[in-house]
Amino acid sequence: MLKTFFKTLSFAAVLSASLASLPAHAEQKSDFKVCWSIYVGWMPWGYLQDSGIMKKWADKYDISVDIVQINDYVESINQYTVGEYDGCSMTNMDALSIPAGGGVDTTALIVGDYSNGNDGIILKNATDLAAIKGQNVNLVELSVSHYLLARALEKVGLSEQDVTVVNTSDADMIATYATDDVTSVVTWKPLLSEIAANDNATLVFDSAGIPGEIIDIMMVNTETLADNPAFGKALVGAWYELMGIMASDTDEGIAARTAMAEASGTDLAGYDAQLASTAMFFTPDKAVEFTKSTELPETMKFVAEFLFDKGILGEGAPSPEFVGVSFPDGSIYGDSANVKLKFDTTYMEMAAKGEL
Amino acid sequence: MRIINRTLSRRAAILLGSIPFALLIGAYAIASHLRRINNPADKLLPSLGSLGDAIWRMGFEADKRSGDYLLWLDTIDSLSRLAVGIFISTLLAIGLGISIGFIPHIRRGLAPFVATLSLIPPITILPILFIIFGLGETSKVMLIAIGTAPVMIRTIAQAVMDIPRELIIKAETLGASTWQMIARVVLPQVMPKLIIAIRLGLVPAWIFLISAEAIASTSGLGYRIFLVRRYLAMDVILPYVAWITLLAFILDRLLLMASRKALPWNHLSGDSL
Repeated sequence: MLKTFFKTLSFAAVLSASLASLPAHAEQKSDFKVCWSIYVGWMPWGYLQDSGIMKKWADKYDISVDIVQINDYVESINQYTVGEYDGCSMTNMDALSIPAGGGVDTTALIVGDYSNGNDGIILKNATDLAAIKGQNVNLVELSVSHYLLARALEKVGLSEQDVTVVNTSDADMIATYATDDVTSVVTWKPLLSEIAANDNATLVFDSAGIPGEIIDIMMVNTETLADNPAFGKALVGAWYELMGIMASDTDEGIAARTAMAEASGTDLAGYDAQLASTAMFFTPDKAVEFTKSTELPETMKFVAEFLFDKGILGEGAPSPEFVGVSFPDGSIYGDSANVKLKFDTTYMEMAAKGEL
Repeated sequence: MRIINRTLSRRAAILLGSIPFALLIGAYAIASHLRRINNPADKLLPSLGSLGDAIWRMGFEADKRSGDYLLWLDTIDSLSRLAVGIFISTLLAIGLGISIGFIPHIRRGLAPFVATLSLIPPITILPILFIIFGLGETSKVMLIAIGTAPVMIRTIAQAVMDIPRELIIKAETLGASTWQMIARVVLPQVMPKLIIAIRLGLVPAWIFLISAEAIASTSGLGYRIFLVRRYLAMDVILPYVAWITLLAFILDRLLLMASRKALPWNHLSGDSL
């Protein structure tokens, strides 16, 4: 009996110690880990690791950076939020609701692209978005798909009360579309293209209708970045070197895009098609210009209100302004005493000026 | 006296039994406290207080959007899916299990087929279930039934075959027809095994219920967990897990009690876990 007690006790001690030690303590360090998941705009992260470009830049600053692919997108954000990784690729919306809402001070280091048609709404046997009224809509609830639906409904004078949202796993989206019950889905590419290829499917709205609102960003821990500027410099330097290669139609650029296409399970043509509906910021100037634009605070306001409406903006959030978001010009949306999401162009500007 | 011969008073037994639970809660509270020193808004291990708040919010405050009391709505929806699924499995176990166990022609015809079916991992045929049964309640219930029925059928068939042959021969000598033997000898003999089969079937049934709800749903305990997982709301997930465990425990105990009440002769040989 006593032995069992001690076992239980030591297990509990190990459990609590291991769980408690997870948060990334802000301090000078030399080894960093960032994570990413499969998405057209994030495939460069895998290529950075495989091609050695990341290692080259990390060596330049005398640090090491490990870029890890995680199969499940939400899981990758969760891992970052609990402190397993120093940075992670995610959308502006998920960054606000998961790490920032969870009190993890997060900085948008590299604003990579925005969805410009990658996310869309498909109706079966109907060609007008307004026909969605009264239907069941299958989508990954509380994701950017849900946000896209909410914004689309607003545009035709409907609200979420006019439809029934059915939470559907993205892994099963294509199979579910084939069933008779499903009349409308909201999803993203490449699933979207696959479903749109059905004869009875019509793409009635896509993210090109709300350009610049679904933004894909490399988010990093603010404290880690503040204590280790070399980490930010190495990531940004490596990223824009690859962006330059990717954007070119040289052999090197085509080789890089082909490798990314294969890693995402398609071919060069398929990947280029996805890139066409993605507004990639191939140069740091473009990314800085976008991040400093006056539309970004507007977008974050929409997003915060959406998250608050759904009750997912942090524990007991009393208003959409509960979590503060700061912008490059120093302005703040929301609670200035609780700024947890920071859009910072410092490092991208260094890249633009060639100071890395 | 040797330790194996010492017995405990009921109070001491309850006290001893509660120690591991108390230790677990204590360890959680410490770990949660340590994490919240770093980040007061930590999502991974929220404080016991915020777990309590989440339970209150889910169970006793109407949802802002729909006006439903989410915990109870989820519980009722999940339990009714579970009940229908297990009910179908039980009917199949009685009907097919007894036929396979008792009638050689049916056994030769169906036993290999059922054995093969029981080896198909049900999750793998989910996309097919969707297409056949649609996305609604039917496919969820069918997943539970398909996941639990084959094993239950095999358990009952085996139980029928384990009935001492003398009993059957005795009934035959007394002039019982096949139907009478099924109703008067076989069925009563396999009832305890049926309850055990249901109790064991409930374990995978919960898994399939949660999996089915994770895939396409608008309510249910599994749906809620997979939904709030999107924003790492451990304050909702942890109480839901505890609640599911409690429900599963209560169902299991109720079945055991029913067995003790209805079939006392089966519990004469001593206590069981």
